[in-house]
Amino acid sequence: MPASVQIPLLEMRGITKRFPGVLALDNVDLVLHRGEILGLIGENGAGKSTLMRILAGDYPADSGAIYLDGRPVSIKGVRDAIELGISVIYQELNLAPNLDVASNIFLGREPRKKLLGIVDKRALYSRASELAERVGLSGNVTTPVSELSPGGQQLVEIAKALSVKSRILVLDEPTSSLTPSEVSKLFDIMRKLRATGVSMIFVSHRLAEVKEICERVVVLRDGRNAGELDKPRMEIEEMVKLMVGRDLARFFPKHGQLEKREVVLSVRGLRPKGAKSEISFDLHSGEVLGVAGLVGAGRTELVRSLFGVDPPEAGSVEVKGRATKVRSPSDAIKLGMGLVPEDRKQLGVILEMNVAENISLPSIKTYHPVLLDRKRELQTAQQVVDSLDIRTPSLFQRVQYLSGGNQQKVALGKWLALSPRILILDEPTRGIDVGSKSEIYKLIRNLANDGVGIIMVSSELEEIIGLSDRVLVMHEGRCTGILDGDQITEENIVRLATGS
Amino acid sequence: MRKLVGMTLLLIALVAAICFYQVLTFGGVAFFRPENLSNLAQRVGILGIYAIGAGIVIISGGIDLSIGSVIGFVGVIMAMTVSTFGLNPWVVALGCLILGVGLGLWHGFLIGRFNLQPFVVTLCTLLLLRGLARGISGGISQKLDGFSTLGNSSILHVPIPFWILIAVALVVGFFMNFTVYGRYLYAIGRNAEAVRYSGVNVNRMRTAAYVACAVLSAVAGIVSVSYTGEVQPASAGLMFEMWAIAAAVLGGCSLRGGEGSVIGIIIGAALIKVMYNGINLLGISTEWEWAVIGVVILGGVIADAAYRQRSERKTS
Ligand SMILES: Nc1ncnc2c1ncn2[C@@H]1O[C@H](COP(=O)(O)OP(=O)(O)OP(=O)(O)O)[C@@H](O)[C@H]1O
Ligand SMILES: [Mg+2]
Repeated sequence: MPASVQIPLLEMRGITKRFPGVLALDNVDLVLHRGEILGLIGENGAGKSTLMRILAGDYPADSGAIYLDGRPVSIKGVRDAIELGISVIYQELNLAPNLDVASNIFLGREPRKKLLGIVDKRALYSRASELAERVGLSGNVTTPVSELSPGGQQLVEIAKALSVKSRILVLDEPTSSLTPSEVSKLFDIMRKLRATGVSMIFVSHRLAEVKEICERVVVLRDGRNAGELDKPRMEIEEMVKLMVGRDLARFFPKHGQLEKREVVLSVRGLRPKGAKSEISFDLHSGEVLGVAGLVGAGRTELVRSLFGVDPPEAGSVEVKGRATKVRSPSDAIKLGMGLVPEDRKQLGVILEMNVAENISLPSIKTYHPVLLDRKRELQTAQQVVDSLDIRTPSLFQRVQYLSGGNQQKVALGKWLALSPRILILDEPTRGIDVGSKSEIYKLIRNLANDGVGIIMVSSELEEIIGLSDRVLVMHEGRCTGILDGDQITEENIVRLATGS
Repeated sequence: MRKLVGMTLLLIALVAAICFYQVLTFGGVAFFRPENLSNLAQRVGILGIYAIGAGIVIISGGIDLSIGSVIGFVGVIMAMTVSTFGLNPWVVALGCLILGVGLGLWHGFLIGRFNLQPFVVTLCTLLLLRGLARGISGGISQKLDGFSTLGNSSILHVPIPFWILIAVALVVGFFMNFTVYGRYLYAIGRNAEAVRYSGVNVNRMRTAAYVACAVLSAVAGIVSVSYTGEVQPASAGLMFEMWAIAAAVLGGCSLRGGEGSVIGIIIGAALIKVMYNGINLLGISTEWEWAVIGVVILGGVIADAAYRQRSERKTS
């Protein structure tokens, strides 16, 4: 590094980008040095993804300049960026799920036979294997991508970036759906890549990870540069302060009074579709029941069967003391349940519809059983937007154009209008910035205080411990324990989650 | 909205071009003659009715290929029962509408319950009904007498089929824009799974769309057999589903689902029939019809895509 400090590898100067109704970037600077892993952080909607998309040639900037090795370059399209050695792995992965690993790595750039111009399968697979090995992707390159874990898919994206010989690799929230061990594997690979001279920009809301892997961090706030921190000063509190512009008060809200409350949901011997064993538990009104476990422990399956997406194979459910069968989400909703699913883009929201339409979707029939009550719809949507502080230029903005975190707030907000008695949250804060996270925690706690029973599945131990009144731990499709009060500790959860 | 304006302009331009050409070559405008207009309105009426049916299904993210066969089958049933058995045509017509309901329920059941692809399911109905129509009639042309009012008369100088189209458009337009169910249909076309997660019975809504389409096809079948007074079992309604899809797409529906409007579909239907009419009036031999229309539709779709790409690049 020291030899080339004078001329940075990449400079973005005075980048400004305006979308209809939003100034997404306002005169932003960003410098990346050779062999550096740079952190890029900021609240939801701060403009991180937009800045990276401009670098990738996805959007043109309204003004500003980009320099590579000190020379101005013009990046008009994705092709230009690739030629300059810039690759971006987007927040939402861009793989073709049905194609195998090798075809995905070389999609559109398959090695071809000289004479006929047909795809050279042998070269394709041998070169793909090499790249897969380089990124530590175990298994066969002929596996369809849809069968890989999120972590594996992430590695395919990286292999894809390496296949075009990138010098600059941007990773936009790569870790948000990875398990801790996948994350550390990814970091190993990133360090290895750095040693071979690849510089990286790492966008993330997980500040601990940023602290671990990055030498320097650039902070954006409301589309402007909010500051920059070097290794020695890169403390999480400092980062948070720059991101939100103030000290963040108490992170986890106080628990409510937990005197004996009524049971709102009683699950007996429930066997989710495909699960090996049965699960029983009670959910009280006003409590947050955390559901912990490793990825693949069967937490999402549990949630899906509770909500009637995949009706359970066995077992019974009592809601407010009455035995019921939940055969579809509409049954579940009639019983007063709501679900914020894990996969927000596919299931939580409808990207092509606007904010108001998304928020009103589950409740719209309660305004009037047949007719559309547009006025009521807009009022409700406005209330939700205000109470969750959803950053959108208007209620008529397509959800597609909101930042990731704000999309998540829409997926949560749509249930508020129904005042559910039972709210199931599957990874509610994935991809959400620290400020909004603490807001969402507050909101969850407030809902609980109002008597809602909340089931919260989360892979973040910190939030499970900080927010739950009780914790149900799962391991390989089994409930290995329910922790209460003082028993809720990291050691206990990890022990039960690993089945040891 | 923008697309609607574009298509309306295209329609006006087309009419203007036809008139201009006529003035130049024949020194008069045949297009605006009352007989021509009434004829045109009548044809737009029939096409519009079943195109709206196709449009509802397309908006919900599906497709219905059985429209033409339903029209042919209904025609054959009407002609045979009324002429051979002397049944009351109105009773038979009612029966045909009920048949449409049943058919739509059947489609919805197969698609929702067994997760079959709409394309395949309705393709099978296309084959089945066409085969039945030809089989029961022995392939022989059937006459229907004494039921020509519906297809051939006018009220206030406007042909009845066009009145029916207006009624259908009002009902469906209201349903799509002002009811919760219309909203659900658009949403299902965008992302059915997310809609299911929001508590909507997606299968029921989809089934409703197929029912609407089959019933409107049956209506179109009744009106068109009344108009012609005769059906050729092998060719009545042949390819009509393609015209319906073309009208829907020209009018702003996306085959990906979730987009489109009733008024757009009517404009699309009008475009197609005006093209036919123009080809006729300009004295181009009818053998060329399809080629001309195919080229025009393709041009429209390309222009739209090009415009969209440009505007997307500008705003984002
Ligand atoms: N294509 C677009 N059209 C309109 N507005 C957009 C578009 N893309 C982004 N925006 C807006 O620009 C702002 C910045 O969004 P961006 O996605 O860059 O945020 P982010 O920092 O990546 O947030 P997150 O952490 O939630 O992913 C947001 O207000 C967003 O709504
Ligand atoms: Mg982002």
